[in-house]
Amino acid sequence: MSLHLTNVRLIDPEKLAEGSGALLIEDGLIAGLDTQAPKGARVVDCGGLCLAPGIVDIGVKICEPGERHKESFRSAGLAAAAGGITTIVARPDTDPAIDSPETLEFVTRRAAEASPVRIRHMAALTKGRAGREMTEIGFLLDAGAVAFSDGDRVVTNAKVLSRAMAYAKGLGALVIGHPQDPSLSQGAAATSGKFASLRGLPAVSPMAERMGLDRDIALVEMTGVRYHADQITTSRALPALERAKKNGFDVTAGVSIHHLTLNELDVGDYRTFFKVKPPLRSEDDRLAVVEAVASGLIDVISSMHTPQDEESKRLPFEEAAAGAVALETLLPAAMRLVHAGAMDLPQLFRALSLNPARRLGLPGGRLAEGAPADLVLFDRDAPFVLDRFKMLSKSKNTPFDGAKMQGKVRATFVDGKQVFGDL
Amino acid sequence: MAFRARHLLGIDHLAPPEILAILDLAERYVELNRRTEKRSDALAGLTQINMFFEASTRTQASFEIAGKRLGADVMNMSVAQSSVKKGETLIDTALTLNAMHPDLLVVRHGASGAVNLLAEKVNCAVLNAGDGRHEHPTQALLDALTIRRAKGKLQRLTVAICGDIAHSRVARSNILLLGKMENRIRLVGPPTLMPTRVGEFGVEVFEDMKEGLEGADVVMMLRLQKERMDGGFIPSEREYFHRYGLDAEKLAAAKEDAIVMHPGPMNRGVEIDGTLADDINRSVIQDQVEMGVAVRMAAMDLLARNLRAERGRAAAGVMV
Repeated sequence: MSLHLTNVRLIDPEKLAEGSGALLIEDGLIAGLDTQAPKGARVVDCGGLCLAPGIVDIGVKICEPGERHKESFRSAGLAAAAGGITTIVARPDTDPAIDSPETLEFVTRRAAEASPVRIRHMAALTKGRAGREMTEIGFLLDAGAVAFSDGDRVVTNAKVLSRAMAYAKGLGALVIGHPQDPSLSQGAAATSGKFASLRGLPAVSPMAERMGLDRDIALVEMTGVRYHADQITTSRALPALERAKKNGFDVTAGVSIHHLTLNELDVGDYRTFFKVKPPLRSEDDRLAVVEAVASGLIDVISSMHTPQDEESKRLPFEEAAAGAVALETLLPAAMRLVHAGAMDLPQLFRALSLNPARRLGLPGGRLAEGAPADLVLFDRDAPFVLDRFKMLSKSKNTPFDGAKMQGKVRATFVDGKQVFGDL
Repeated sequence: MAFRARHLLGIDHLAPPEILAILDLAERYVELNRRTEKRSDALAGLTQINMFFEASTRTQASFEIAGKRLGADVMNMSVAQSSVKKGETLIDTALTLNAMHPDLLVVRHGASGAVNLLAEKVNCAVLNAGDGRHEHPTQALLDALTIRRAKGKLQRLTVAICGDIAHSRVARSNILLLGKMENRIRLVGPPTLMPTRVGEFGVEVFEDMKEGLEGADVVMMLRLQKERMDGGFIPSEREYFHRYGLDAEKLAAAKEDAIVMHPGPMNRGVEIDGTLADDINRSVIQDQVEMGVAVRMAAMDLLARNLRAERGRAAAGVMV
């Protein structure tokens, strides 16, 4: 059964080009970009909608095992499909952590049963994410781990981290770090500055991120490991990242959608749905990281989807849990950057799809013949007002509730199969 | 009617006429408080609950006396040692109390913004009696009243606020209030006790005490908030007293008639010299306590008027 999507605007992040055309899906693969329909193919006129490689989202918290009331593989998978995400790369910061081949096999099986989109897993870098002993990196790789990370817990002991990195280097594994100096950032709920001072919130200097990144890069230089910084959110960290790349280290970096589209002032009168980790930054920082994504210095945009129930958010700001759901708002929020003229669609999908797939060695992320037909078809302009209670995620903690947004997913394909939408 | 607010959560939300409305009414309550018969029925029939999630003697007593003199039924809840220990959340505690139909809720909490959060969940007037490092509006108002009575005005004065600015909600509220009333504000203290980007607050910042006090009309000392500190901010108390403690020698840099203020409780010999604190020619610390009761009476009276008016409108709406 083949499907021919005609009258689409093709977004090609590899060639950094966009233009009208058609795409043929056959046997779960992209079979061609010709405008000629083969015999027997189902032809769908898409009326000029955009077609891009499906999003590969590094760093999604799924809460299974441990906190299934916040999010399950099923609910996360459905939410991802609705958001145009075709591959979820799940975080290991569950309870218990994904730190052994047995737990990894369990979640891999659960994910395959329950989710309509692909789910790949990161494993913890240290046992129990406690920062003391490295996990069984070899076994975990064999069991399918795509990267190793302790999530937002920093391995503070440089000796432990350097050994884990050296061991990972031997196996060619990717280590994902959270660049932050925890002795500075401990207890912080905001970024230090006038706003945090006026609100009386415990705050962390943006310098803590650069200090964390500097340390990690020094250890990358020492061990030669493949390294990805999960979130670079401040202008001060960018020169360090640029230097590391120029020096030829195998270093990449990501940023969350929230740090690209919101700033510290959005917290307003202590709105806890805007509490994320690291805390939202100044507008200057936001503009600097947006520019870094456009230039390619920052490689990856991710949702940093972190479900929290109402109880953990209905608390005074400094006591409230950090994190925001974002699977369904990632694309419309990212469209703000396109509509604001900060980048074009191919640049955006380079960071959403192509780069994360490449970095993790996954086959998707491309709009080329022979690539898996993991695709998102969307209307770049369709306006809507977000109602958080209409979201598919079990947890509704989005900072975009009531926000005016533009950009709607019309259909999502995984392996050529439509998992969302009605074509 | 100049004062329209539903809650008193901070100075940030008040306009200068609202500040003056509170101070003017407070003047009348100062007179009342000095009489032998100190009763008014401004809050008669209303229920006032004092909820202190952080231990407090002075502020709680001040609010209690203020409420009682205005004829309210006052109840004190020391939440610090009750249901919170059993795991109840702030909002549940608030909702429980709300179901008892209080009219005025006076709240102190250790977390910045906690009182704002609570005010969203209840349908009575909420007064912030201090939230974390954020605001302490009645303290700033009583300081303003004290200054106005001592100096005869509340504008174009040079006010030096000295000491632990970073951890102080008193400092934040005072900076906001004195700024709104167009005074010149100086902050004096070691860099470790200054909030970040403090220069953007519209203040002058000094590390040297004598430079900071030069020509000041008002010297406001702050308590060293030992309980709010999470590490070494100063090398020792004796070095702090030597460099930043207010004594006669440092005070000599200020104007001859400069007044000395302190929100209490004082650490004598740490931020202020004991003799100076007791000097009735310079220190207005006892006046501050007196003004505290009057200002709180005025604030609760004004909030109660707005509350009654709002409920009156709602009742009329139902009948129509």
